Amino acid sequence: MRDNFLRKNLVTALLLAPATLWLVVFLVLPFIAIAVFSVGERAPEGGYQAAFTLAQYANLPARATAFWNTMVLAPAGALACLLVAYPVAYYLALRAPERWRLILLALVVIPFWTSLLMRTYAWMYVLGGRGIPALLAYVGIEDIRLINTPGAVLLGIVYGYLPLMILPIYVSLERLDRRLLEASADLGATPVSTFLGVTLRLSLPGVMTGFSLVMILLLGEYLIPTLLGGGKVFFIGNALVDLFLQSRNWPFGSAIAITLVLVSVVVLIAANRISTRLSGARRVDLM
Amino acid sequence: MTAVPDIEFRGVTKRYGSVTAVSGIDLAIPPSAFVALLGPSGCGKTTCLRMIGGFEQPSEGAVYIRGRDMAGTPPYRRPVNMVFQQYALFPHLDVEDNIAYGLRQARPRLSSREISLRAGEALAMVRLAGYGRRKIHELSGGQQQRVALARALVNKPAVLLLDEPLAALDKKLRTDMQIELQNLQREIGITFVLVTHDQEEALSMSDFVCVMNGGRIVQLGQPSEIYDEPADLFVADFVGKTNLLSGKVTGHSGELVDVVLADGNVIAARKRVPLSQGDTVSVSLRPESLSLGPPGAGSLRGIVRNRIFLGSTAEYAIEVQGIGSLLAKADHHIGQGNLFKPGEPVAIGFAAGTPLAFPDTKNNGTNQRENQHVEIIS
Repeated sequence: MRDNFLRKNLVTALLLAPATLWLVVFLVLPFIAIAVFSVGERAPEGGYQAAFTLAQYANLPARATAFWNTMVLAPAGALACLLVAYPVAYYLALRAPERWRLILLALVVIPFWTSLLMRTYAWMYVLGGRGIPALLAYVGIEDIRLINTPGAVLLGIVYGYLPLMILPIYVSLERLDRRLLEASADLGATPVSTFLGVTLRLSLPGVMTGFSLVMILLLGEYLIPTLLGGGKVFFIGNALVDLFLQSRNWPFGSAIAITLVLVSVVVLIAANRISTRLSGARRVDLM
Repeated sequence: MTAVPDIEFRGVTKRYGSVTAVSGIDLAIPPSAFVALLGPSGCGKTTCLRMIGGFEQPSEGAVYIRGRDMAGTPPYRRPVNMVFQQYALFPHLDVEDNIAYGLRQARPRLSSREISLRAGEALAMVRLAGYGRRKIHELSGGQQQRVALARALVNKPAVLLLDEPLAALDKKLRTDMQIELQNLQREIGITFVLVTHDQEEALSMSDFVCVMNGGRIVQLGQPSEIYDEPADLFVADFVGKTNLLSGKVTGHSGELVDVVLADGNVIAARKRVPLSQGDTVSVSLRPESLSLGPPGAGSLRGIVRNRIFLGSTAEYAIEVQGIGSLLAKADHHIGQGNLFKPGEPVAIGFAAGTPLAFPDTKNNGTNQRENQHVEIIS
């Protein structure tokens, strides 16, 4: 009995060892290092110098613009993604002919196989001076600036993260019991009422999963604001690159990173709470 | 003056691509009736029910509800409600909100007072008072079934549609629900249309049974009519147990025909459709219409192969030379004692007129052998 119990525990430990090791080395230790850095001071020649001070945290407002941009554009980007993704997922799951479904789903995913850098770079040309604005100028609409605006960043975000939003919503709609929709109609609900009361309601876990997934990735987004926002739309990610690589103010960068992680955790927990409450006790969450 | 039928099918055909699910159905269901649509799977009974509910549109013909043509009327504007197979209860709503779902859709809006009052009444009607705040997944199958019933009936539909409502329940519960459904129907007085593949369920619950096969109505009648006077071989075979004996018509006298069986015996059988000399026929003999006696008494002789004693009755499998195995059912009375034993020779008799002769319909092509108990050797 006891032997058996020990062996079981040993097997469990062995199974978990690689993942645990990985997480400790590449997540926990760096996180501790960052936390330690964040209460330190910048060495005169750059880097880190041991100390214990909360000065870096007190200095956070200096980067308020980056925080502000991230806090506005991340939820706005996730929301824009959602608004574009829901109808697509709805069509794929409930309206598309069975034999087309897999092909259409593949079409959603395939662009993901190309590097985000390449795809975003392409947008620079489409939105840049010789792209759409040139076309508009040709028909007489002059002085339209698209690149390096918050709008361009938002567009890049929706384009880049759309599949991540479509897939979880598609999954939750796909496993929706179609007879529930018939039952709703049978009980006198118009198609709009059925959508709001049954379809949308039962797909909310997928919506929350997609939303928090995209939102969290956006909180750390660096590439899209750099390429499509020029230097003008600055995210936290950009601030971090700047602080660690350019001005080599590691402690301040660490303080910002820690704050970002805390915000992400809060978002994740909130999303999970809402999701569980909406879907009833039994459903297992995707995240 | 005849009352307007609650449900009427006029020349209804339903095709899915090249497959015809329902073809040319005419049917009128009188008010306050309990009607069963009975047939094997794929016979079109569910399609008929779904056309009443508005989930399918007829390819030809029209469905009328209380005299109104329902063409173009979506499900949410029809005065009928359905109890779905496996119930289709809303998992995100509790019992009371499930039941109140239909009431909340009503326009003009009902007051929340009235909604909770009527939902409460519906809960009490299906004996679930006090279960209003339970989650659906906390209920047993039988309770879920009753919630589905209450959810449909609370809207006071003109007709209640039931799609295999008892299929998911165990036998004991099923019997209880059969009685409960009958009582409910009598209390409320609206028309119930039940779809089932279970002939026992159809016979025991309904006022009228509509037997369907291959997308057509084969017979419509009261349960006893269907059982005693089946319209054709399919109905005789599908409804209840029967012995089918193949033979050839050798002569007729009025309602009766003489049929020579495979073993050379000639029996007099009643015909349901015109038959002429030389026709190959199947003769249906219900197990309970056979009587067993000591050898020498009847026209057919056999040997008891198996006996299943059921208390009030005993069922015998009897091997008849040249014909095969026949199923016979005999009443048993307390103290009667002498049951036939396996191996014992017996004579088989039957009252005149109980055998029914049907033209052989081997080319019918449908699976009508579900209740077959006779291997016919010819």
